[in-house]
Amino acid sequence: MQESNGKKLVIGVIGADVHAVGIRILDFAFTEAGFDVTNLGVMVSQEEYIGAAIETQADAIIVSSLYGHGELDCRGFRDKCDEAGLEGILLYVGGNIVVGKQDFSEVEKRFHAMGFDRVFPPGTPPKTTINWLKKDLGVE
Amino acid sequence: MRPVLLIDFGSTFTKVTAVDLDEEVLLGHASAFTTVDHDIGDGLSLAMNDLEKEIGVLQYDYRLACSSAAGGLRMIVSGLMPELTAEAGRLAALGAGAKITRVFTHRLSRQDLAHIEANPPDIFLLAGGTDGGNRAVITDNAEALARLDARFPIIIAGNRDAVDDCEDILSDFETTVCPNVMPRFNKLNIDPVQKAIRSLFLTHIIRARGMTKASSLLSGILMPTPSAVLSAMVLLAKGTKREAGIGELFAIDVGGATTDAYSIAEGHPTDVSVVLKGLEEPYAKRTVEGDIGMRYSATGINDVIGTARLAEMSDTTEEDVQHYLTAISKNKAYVPTIDDPRSSSLDRVLASSAVGIASTRHAGTLEEAYTTSGIVYVQTGKDLRGVRHILLTGGSVIHASDPRSIAEHALFSEDNPFSLRPIEAEIWLDKRYILAAMGVLAERESDIALRLMKKELISLGMSTASHVYTKE
Ligand code: B12
Repeated sequence: MQESNGKKLVIGVIGADVHAVGIRILDFAFTEAGFDVTNLGVMVSQEEYIGAAIETQADAIIVSSLYGHGELDCRGFRDKCDEAGLEGILLYVGGNIVVGKQDFSEVEKRFHAMGFDRVFPPGTPPKTTINWLKKDLGVE
Repeated sequence: MRPVLLIDFGSTFTKVTAVDLDEEVLLGHASAFTTVDHDIGDGLSLAMNDLEKEIGVLQYDYRLACSSAAGGLRMIVSGLMPELTAEAGRLAALGAGAKITRVFTHRLSRQDLAHIEANPPDIFLLAGGTDGGNRAVITDNAEALARLDARFPIIIAGNRDAVDDCEDILSDFETTVCPNVMPRFNKLNIDPVQKAIRSLFLTHIIRARGMTKASSLLSGILMPTPSAVLSAMVLLAKGTKREAGIGELFAIDVGGATTDAYSIAEGHPTDVSVVLKGLEEPYAKRTVEGDIGMRYSATGINDVIGTARLAEMSDTTEEDVQHYLTAISKNKAYVPTIDDPRSSSLDRVLASSAVGIASTRHAGTLEEAYTTSGIVYVQTGKDLRGVRHILLTGGSVIHASDPRSIAEHALFSEDNPFSLRPIEAEIWLDKRYILAAMGVLAERESDIALRLMKKELISLGMSTASHVYTKE
């Protein structure tokens, strides 16, 4: 396990999504990489991410969505963060965020427009996300 | 014979209970109005006179007391997010037997500070931020408190990165630094705070409360009354090393001004398909319904249930209900008489409603979430459906004519199937009002206190959810 880098992440599976395995792997991988992870588990509401991010003073919120309703569940998330005083917090989303096989660049565009800083296609390995996190949060 | 005396300086009544430790029997008990205006010792003397008429003058080995006189242990809690550190602080204070006068979240405003200045608490609990988390808000709040003229003990139990700063900022106050009440997201750590509250109660609060005359008679006032009640219940549920307890329990204490609910139970989800959400809950949990009570707060019951429904349930008219509510809020010592069937029926309906409301607010809930793969259940709070004991206490209900039917309102109900209350339970009645006394006695003699409770609490038999009184 790498030494703690002092950066705090709040992670969880959004909405009514119960896919519990991926988020555990992400929790393990991010922790292993030196991040301080607060894992909210499955069926996480936008309010829960925000409450946890405020109390823990998180540097990033990582939203996972596997069941295809990610777009609906993520709507208004950035606005709610701003409202709660989390202006500028790093927002990532990934998993299987939309239904079926859609052109990912279109999907990415739509999530960017919703205020997500980075949008990851299905099958993104944890390593890729970790590299982006380190870059975006200025670690090492 | 080795008699000891246990005293409960209640908000309305001072109750004395004499116990013989050798024979393990209750020798007698008596009560008198609590006299906070002069010296609390006056009420005690009156109660002692009555007790002595009953059992004579005894040479007590020791006298122990608990107290909720003069408004109880008044606390203000401040935290960051309402459902996180503020809630953790609230749970900690309630479990320590405090009366929480206000809970503040985020930064204290000028108005909040004016309120604190005008109504300084006995203890202020300053929380906020998980360990390593937000430190700005708790630090700003410490600075705001430091500018007040009022002085009161402050327990600092927030983000560990901020507590040293807070302690320095609040150097004019008596401060106690404790481990964070919520060190990690949704993790509770309330024991250290509760110990700190207890020790401040012992050293500070008693002195300030007209206890001078009384305290010379006492070996000690150990704790706030609700804390004594809670520890009696924990003892009853868990037992001691040598004596088994009765198992997990759910208790309702119906008072004149408030109704308290207690659960001594884990309350974990019983099904793996249930997703648990929200703050972890303490094994020994106390909630207080400040708007629900049989006298001062009877109007609060009316606000929740509605006059029409109360009239229907009690076979009276809405006018009767209004009339009755006015009468009892004026005369707090009113006890319904049998030759007044309307008021005794209303009294029973109010008590049942108080039990129903307080138990529902205390117990956890289940929510259905519809997903494409079907229904998923989300649990918040404790699942008490498997709890097998319900205990009813409180001056306003222990003399009721049908306490069992009142207690049954704490059971699971088909009308509200998502409220996770016990499905089948043995109903117990604290007929002789001994819980607070036993909680105090347990400090020295836990085995005896437990055996006395098992002997003195009256079992009213098993009840199942289907027997809940409903009148549609
Ligand atoms: C097991 C499973 C279930 C189980 C879940 C059990 C549980 N509690 O965990 C059950 C049976 C309950 C289930 C139900 C459903 N499922 Co399902 N399920 C799967 C399955 C087979 C495996 C999921 C899994 O555990 N994978 C292993 C983990 C390690 O991988 P992962 O979850 O993908 O996570 C990794 C990456 O995605 C990534 N990642 C995840 N989040 C994020 C976030 C970021 C920011 C980043 C960078 C990366 C990232 O990192 C993770 C670790 O490597 C997948 C198919 C598949 N092979 O993936 C379908 C799948 C996810 N399910 C699917 C569907 C449709 C459903 C249902 C709607 C089915 C239905 N109609 O009933 C329901 C939804 C229930 C609900 N409310 O959530 C679809 C989703 C399709 C879509 N999005 O377009 C899939 C893809 C199957 C398919 N091909 O159709 N499912």
